[in-house]
Amino acid sequence: MKILVCISNVPDTTTKITFTNDNTEFNTAGVQYIVNPYDEIALSKAIELTEGGKGTVTVINVGEAANDPTIRKALAIGADDAVRVNAAPRDAYFVAKQIASYAADKDFNVILTGRESIDFNGNQVAAMVGEFLDIPSVSIIKKLDYDGSTATIEREIEGGKEVLTVTGKFVASCAEGVAEPKIPNMRGIMSARTKPLTVVEAVAIDAVTKVTKYETPAPRGAVKLIAADQAESLIGLLHSEAKVI
Amino acid sequence: MSVLVYVEQAEGKFKKSVFEAVSYAKAIADQQSTGLTAISIGDVAESELKELGKYGASKVLNVSAEQLKTFVNQAYASVIAAAAEKEGADIIVLSNSFSGKGLAPRIAVKLQAGLADGAVELPSTDGKFAIKKTAYSGKAFAITELTSANKVIALNPNAFGVKENATDIAIENFAADVKQSDLGTVIKDIVRASDKVSLPDAELVVSAGRGLKGPENWGMIEELAGLLGAATACSKPVSDADWRPHSEHVGQTGIAISPNLYIAIGISGAIQHLAGVSSSKVIVVINKDPEAPFFKVADYGIVGDAFEVVPKLIEALKAHKG
Repeated sequence: MKILVCISNVPDTTTKITFTNDNTEFNTAGVQYIVNPYDEIALSKAIELTEGGKGTVTVINVGEAANDPTIRKALAIGADDAVRVNAAPRDAYFVAKQIASYAADKDFNVILTGRESIDFNGNQVAAMVGEFLDIPSVSIIKKLDYDGSTATIEREIEGGKEVLTVTGKFVASCAEGVAEPKIPNMRGIMSARTKPLTVVEAVAIDAVTKVTKYETPAPRGAVKLIAADQAESLIGLLHSEAKVI
Repeated sequence: MSVLVYVEQAEGKFKKSVFEAVSYAKAIADQQSTGLTAISIGDVAESELKELGKYGASKVLNVSAEQLKTFVNQAYASVIAAAAEKEGADIIVLSNSFSGKGLAPRIAVKLQAGLADGAVELPSTDGKFAIKKTAYSGKAFAITELTSANKVIALNPNAFGVKENATDIAIENFAADVKQSDLGTVIKDIVRASDKVSLPDAELVVSAGRGLKGPENWGMIEELAGLLGAATACSKPVSDADWRPHSEHVGQTGIAISPNLYIAIGISGAIQHLAGVSSSKVIVVINKDPEAPFFKVADYGIVGDAFEVVPKLIEALKAHKG
């Protein structure tokens, strides 16, 4: 079986998010980049499914050469080869079109992504790739069993879960629980240097969205401290002052 | 040109987040001086469909085809795109629910539309159609302009509120063509914990962390949540240790929530956790460590031992409820 895993290059989760140029650009100064944590879950699942010679895992990233260290990290975790579509990602629509164009004639059985990237929190790419390729997509999955032809999937819904099956090619976006994230070992790190990383050119497509400005959340006022031995007074404050209960 | 809102049903009923999406779509229709049509797919009684009129929809297209009784995002996207074409709608609104997240991108591709998901405000009226949406997992907002002719907006729960706007509503059956190839996913089972408040929709949330010391101590958290009518949540270390299910994990790599009240008990407030909860309207922090970073973003704080403070809150709440 052939699995394609889409990975994003995102700021490390501990990054303090700031902006420059009159709040129109993300401030990249001093920022460490990582494989999007949810994409790591998707990648770990793909490796699990193909282990023992059952198939191959290709990772794909849409980005410029600066992303190569992140792509090598994915190879170190265990992907067999990698593809970088050489273009700055303009929006989810643009990225999904690039991935769909690459995958269209490659005969991947399954395409996996993370549930969302931790920068734009879109959760758009998986379903868009599915639509561009006219194949089923399942978003925010919690569990995936796949035998090479039929998949049984658990998907999160409000207050519960939905169990569904899909036969044939599909796309899915993975949340926590699908697989334990794999940590690269020394052999993986060494072999990642020589695994193939192919660079392909982007197809022409216009973006359909544009970020015009960023804002950071308004700071809160000072905390109102309540003594532990008067904890019960909190209930009154939440009722009459904050008016939330 | 008009606005179309998809109203997601669960077991034949609309939830508050749906009425919120209708209220929001009505406000956009007013901005654009146009009308609002809703589209419902599945088995929904006429009386329930009429509820949509309370929030400003003047028409609802009712799709009750047998193959569409349960959610199939691929087929639903086709039906909604067909409805948009029929109505001449160029703005499609839906709730940014779990199903909405799997549906909106497919609609966007069909209509070659820009998608603003996680929208928290109305579009700007300066001719740019820019929408404020969450980004960087709650650490920021991105003002995103939809530059395409068609536009899709997925509204975050609790972001806009339900606004009544009583309108006469017409119910129209909409017979959509369903392609077999759109029915690739087949639902085998739906499991809903009906006695619990669903976390993404919850207005009140009680959350606990490692300070609780072990899963056996969650009884008081559930009791407090039960008395408040709140959902329960937890921090990442707690779900990683399997003390609580992953579906309760809020934070940067869990789910982001924006309830009216978030009570954090025994959670220190790491930056990744704060990212997922910082848009809560009121935050209460209970922690025995006065240096816990969570106090810096709290509205109310109690420095104290959870095992002493929480029982007091439970007693006070029982007294408050009489």
